[in-house]
Amino acid sequence: MTRKTNRLLWIGTIGCVLAVAVGLTLFALQSGISFAMSPTELRAADVKPGQRIRLFGLVEEGSVVRGEGLQVGFTLSDNENKVKVSFNNILPDLFRENQGIITEGSLGADGNFVADTVLAKHDENYMPADMAEKLKEKGVWKGEGAENL
Amino acid sequence: MIVELGHMALLIAFSLSVFQSIVPMWGARTNAPNLMATADVSSIAILGFVTLSFGALMWAYATSDFSVVNVWQNSHSQMPFIYKLSGTWGNHEGSMLLWVFILALFAAAVGVFGKNLPKTMRANVLGVQGWLLTTFLFFIVLTSNPFARQTPVVEGQDLNPILQDIGLAIHPPMLYIGYVGFSITFAFSIAALIEGRIDSAWARWVRPWAMAAWIFLTAGIAMGSYWAYYELGWGGWWFWDPVENASFLPWLSGTALLHSALVMEKRDSLKIWTVLLAIVTFSLSLLGTFLVRSGVLTSVHTFASDPTRGLFILAILSAFVGGALFLFAFRASRLEQGGLFAPISREGALVLNNVLLSTSAATVLVGTLFPVVYEAITGAKISVGAPFFNLTFGALMIPLVLVLPFGPLLGWKRGDIVGVSQRLMFALFAAVIVIILAYGFLERGPWIAPLMMGISAWLIVGAFAELLQRSGLPKVGLKTGFARLTGLKRSIWATAIAHAGVGVTMLGIVFVTAYETESVAILKQGESATAAGYEITFEQYQTRSVNNFSEELVQLTISKDGNVVRTGAPSKRFYPARQTPTSEALINTFGFSQLYIALGEVKTDNSVVLRIWWKPMITLIWLGSILMVLAGGLSLTDRRARIGSPKLSKNRKLGTASVG
Repeated sequence: MTRKTNRLLWIGTIGCVLAVAVGLTLFALQSGISFAMSPTELRAADVKPGQRIRLFGLVEEGSVVRGEGLQVGFTLSDNENKVKVSFNNILPDLFRENQGIITEGSLGADGNFVADTVLAKHDENYMPADMAEKLKEKGVWKGEGAENL
Repeated sequence: MIVELGHMALLIAFSLSVFQSIVPMWGARTNAPNLMATADVSSIAILGFVTLSFGALMWAYATSDFSVVNVWQNSHSQMPFIYKLSGTWGNHEGSMLLWVFILALFAAAVGVFGKNLPKTMRANVLGVQGWLLTTFLFFIVLTSNPFARQTPVVEGQDLNPILQDIGLAIHPPMLYIGYVGFSITFAFSIAALIEGRIDSAWARWVRPWAMAAWIFLTAGIAMGSYWAYYELGWGGWWFWDPVENASFLPWLSGTALLHSALVMEKRDSLKIWTVLLAIVTFSLSLLGTFLVRSGVLTSVHTFASDPTRGLFILAILSAFVGGALFLFAFRASRLEQGGLFAPISREGALVLNNVLLSTSAATVLVGTLFPVVYEAITGAKISVGAPFFNLTFGALMIPLVLVLPFGPLLGWKRGDIVGVSQRLMFALFAAVIVIILAYGFLERGPWIAPLMMGISAWLIVGAFAELLQRSGLPKVGLKTGFARLTGLKRSIWATAIAHAGVGVTMLGIVFVTAYETESVAILKQGESATAAGYEITFEQYQTRSVNNFSEELVQLTISKDGNVVRTGAPSKRFYPARQTPTSEALINTFGFSQLYIALGEVKTDNSVVLRIWWKPMITLIWLGSILMVLAGGLSLTDRRARIGSPKLSKNRKLGTASVG
């Protein structure tokens, strides 16, 4: 085998692997990503019921209602708009009122958000960065970790 | 006073690294031996001063000196002593100091162990290490000084409770040794590019360093995975979290580097590629540091951080990566091409390994950075989840593991695919048996799972084919066979064990992904729930208060067929200083499987909510990693013999005699 055919063979192999990888990546990016929004962005955007998104915001004070079994409802707010969220599983340790959290799920037919995942980050000062900015703009920012953001 | 000395030592170390960045390299250019030799002294002096500085910070933590801002923010007088010590690097400033400490350690190691390196090469390598030291020391001094003082306070704000675990004492140092260890291969590459000269001796030099870094990185990642698994209480062992990916990326390219350096060492081929991989691997380590330290991506690992630091690290990243790649583009053509080889050969298999590992690293990189880029362009926030990575990474791993057992059996230059396939028949046979058994005995689960188990078996059994071949077993009889096996080069054993380790990890992943069960139980005292044939009974609710936290425990008994087999208590802790709760899961190991029980909450009617997982064969995931680490260590012990004299030992002759 000459150097040239050898090289062609390798270029072909590498080309194939890369093509498969690029194809897979594009395919997976279509289905594997979800948008993250605040309640205001959710109201503004045209999100259909059933479409998976991430919704982040502050758990409004006094909004947490526990129901039968593990059923729990709460309101997420970005101080402009609010969205009611229902969840039927164990809440993370760091879930509490006035805490910035991220939920994953989709809108129900009634316009309320049905979450299947709730994430509260393992930093007690954690808050989605642009939410902190929004709260600062409005002058309602009073987080203890303000200087860290 | 000690704290001020630590600060002073840091500044001295910085000045010395500026010196080391310039003088030895100048010496190498002008061929001045005395200038080049300064690096040997300065690298050790820098290590001394950085150690002093790191020791001073540790001392401040050990004695709970809350007049130091950093200690006050991240420690508590009531913490167990070990957490006080490990708390030194449980924060941004301290962890950067640890980073630099390890960097200095590696630089000094090159100075000490590199006596037989060509003089100019050593000076250039240490010079590049000097650049790295200078930049990171500058970064610490300017933006992340851990020694800042304040008016003394009585009590500290406590360490993030999630970090109050033995995992913090082990995981970050291991990971950092891995990350920073690749700085040596980076420095060697830059030195080679500067000199425009590279040969197989270079690869013989680089491979042990890359191997050492890889061992620690592997151990660090596995340890981190197990830590997240037992500490976070979500029962997951890998989340494709951006920061996990950041540590996984250099692992993938580092693994590729180990294999390509092998080709370079043995066959003097793939030089340019190996140099590029060495640069890429350390660049990915830097990227990992940037992602974790900058707060660009939010994850479990990001300490609260300010944007100036992020920008600074981004500047460091661009300078080193950009500079290295620029140098590479200009000088790589000077490096000579190596020997020819047929596509079906040991080299060919190693190239394929590199193609697949690099491509999979690229897809993980795309998935990790996509949200950042997407947000910068469109302003919309997105997240890339596990399905993306499972699909892209998984699909690329399958061809890799399928061809893996062939690699070590193929000859250099030109391999005999028919002969090798015959030698692997027994591995194929084992795989088919496993697939049939799995379809027969495991009822639930996806159809693909038994197939994947078969592939794992193919890997594990196939990994030992080379050993079998070289020993001549079973033809030559047991006695000769075993004599040959024990006489084999350790690196051959290491290859077999590492590759089997991949199979073991894969088997664990397949089992736990396909057959794990999860259930939620709400129990009153005396009630039971069942999971995977075990009966879990809620015996008693207790509370207690320990040092810096209070704890709610739910005493459980676990029984099988009416007999109590284990007792224990999952718990919830509350750390008042940080107003933070954590969960401590109850994990019981049965064979290779685990029963994982996390306490959800205690409801107002005194019932408790438990989340119960059955994790079949999950420990194999980490046992496989341990095998890889042990194999790495074994191959390192083989190195000295090979760097030293080329003389073959009697046993080795015996071992290699049967080849061909």
